[in-house]
Amino acid sequence: MTEAGTPGVSARQLERDAYRRRRARTRAAVAVVSTVVVLGVLTAGVLLSPGWPRVRETYFNLGEARSVFPEVAKAFVLNIRLFLVAEVFILIVAIIVAIIRVVPSPALAPIKLLAVVYTDVFRGTPTILVVFLVGFGVPALGLAGLPTSLFWLGVIALTLSYGAYVAEVLRAGILSIHPTQWASGRALGLSYGKTLRLVVLPQAVRRVAPPLLNDFVSLQKDTALLSIIGLVEALRVAQVDSGRTFHFSSYIVAALFFIAATIPLARFTDYLTVRSLRRENGI
Amino acid sequence: MAEAAAGLLRAEAVRKSFGDHEVLKGVSLDIAEGEVVCLIGASGSGKSTLLRCLNLLEQVDDGDIWFDDREITDPRVDADAVRRDIGIVFQAYNLFPHLSVEQNIVLGPVRSRGESRADARARAHTLLERVGLGDRAGAYPDALSGGQQQRVALVRAIAMQPRLLLLDEITSALDPMLVGDVLDVIRDLRADGMTIVMATHEMTFAREVSDRIVFMADGRIEESGPPEQIFTAPRSPRTAEFLARHLP
Ligand SMILES: Nc1ncnc2c1ncn2[C@@H]1O[C@H](COP(=O)(O)OP(=O)(O)OP(=O)(O)O)[C@@H](O)[C@H]1O
Ligand SMILES: [Mg+2]
Repeated sequence: MTEAGTPGVSARQLERDAYRRRRARTRAAVAVVSTVVVLGVLTAGVLLSPGWPRVRETYFNLGEARSVFPEVAKAFVLNIRLFLVAEVFILIVAIIVAIIRVVPSPALAPIKLLAVVYTDVFRGTPTILVVFLVGFGVPALGLAGLPTSLFWLGVIALTLSYGAYVAEVLRAGILSIHPTQWASGRALGLSYGKTLRLVVLPQAVRRVAPPLLNDFVSLQKDTALLSIIGLVEALRVAQVDSGRTFHFSSYIVAALFFIAATIPLARFTDYLTVRSLRRENGI
Repeated sequence: MAEAAAGLLRAEAVRKSFGDHEVLKGVSLDIAEGEVVCLIGASGSGKSTLLRCLNLLEQVDDGDIWFDDREITDPRVDADAVRRDIGIVFQAYNLFPHLSVEQNIVLGPVRSRGESRADARARAHTLLERVGLGDRAGAYPDALSGGQQQRVALVRAIAMQPRLLLLDEITSALDPMLVGDVLDVIRDLRADGMTIVMATHEMTFAREVSDRIVFMADGRIEESGPPEQIFTAPRSPRTAEFLARHLP
């Protein structure tokens, strides 16, 4: 491709470039105007609604928000900790389950069946139900050795639920690798395990990185579900505050924390998606 | 027997089916040390399957394969160890896209043969130099042309220092312009005395480079002999018919 404006470019090319620039400007103008109109109509609709003054008072009370902010911030650290710890366990469970399901060994049949049942059951059960069952059921068993700390019960519940999802994403990634890649690894005398670890898994993980990160964005939000078993995390603190003051500004503050925490992950996901697309096109 | 024919590899009455479809119907083949053998035959005649059986990527249903006077079809044999001595290059998707050219080449010697990384790298660079890719060691496979990728795939197989090299139509996915460079590498290997069994549709090249042509039809070896005889005076009418359709 020739660059516009380089000396020696033909007149027709200059004309084409000028047309492309004009067209790009028109399109940008249309996009800006339509965005402004849509946002304007939405804002006006909300602001002119009869209930708006009351909503603003209960949800968007700045003084109220400011006073709960430190408390919610402190509680949100627990959400982050839950997320980081659960993420590690989820990855471990998911890799093991995915590998069990793809290994072609007939000797593993009973374990494979177990892995299938696990993914089916926990992908099908709402996460909030898993949280209930683990949070109240496991301590009720009264078995020695089982964790009773709410933190670990929460981690177990999230791991069980998300492990099933992430295992399926990884399995899809492994199955999408061309069979000749397996054959090429084995042909170098690498064992099945080494071929999986050095050749197939690195490619599979790269390929499914965007959907994987998407699941982790969702995990970050779902740490709020653990408030129902009594973990004092951000949502719980907001709830308590709202119960006391009859204001809902604390919920808005909590929501802002969740949004702020997921944005970096979301942008990173976008970046990886673009990069893998570019790589597949050979750049 | 070993010294008589200096046989490196011997297949005897090898059979292989996929489901109900019998692909190899009793194939026997002898490969001498230093010999270059070309497998020709119609699409679906079983060339790829035979090559994959020879280095145990496929398990045979019946028959024996001997490598170096050892029966490698015996389930007690360490298949990984056998494959270190029998390299194979496929038509496409050989290279690992997440590894650079150099990493592709040293993976086998280091992780499978247990060589030191320094030795493996030094050999990788010498070999890349030889195939005219000395400056591409750091490139990723997607940034190479198809012909360059196949040359790297050859280097990767050779870097394992195999005693036998199997090539499965390694030029058939390439632009005609890129075939020549890859064939040059094979000529070089032959000059070095490498034992090669290659499936190919490049009849002119097969005639030039091979000591023996093996014509496969329908899962059997229909005819085998020196290239001059096969190409000028085929004994089997099926061979004659195939060649009539495939010679330029
Ligand atoms: N993994 C497999 N599963 C089922 N059928 C297979 C498999 N591999 C090969 N076949 C079948 O075996 C037959 C022989 O295939 P093979 O690849 O050995 O032929 P070929 O001589 O190499 O052909 P080509 O010249 O097209 O490469 C074909 O009919 C093919 O469909
Ligand atoms: Mg083939």
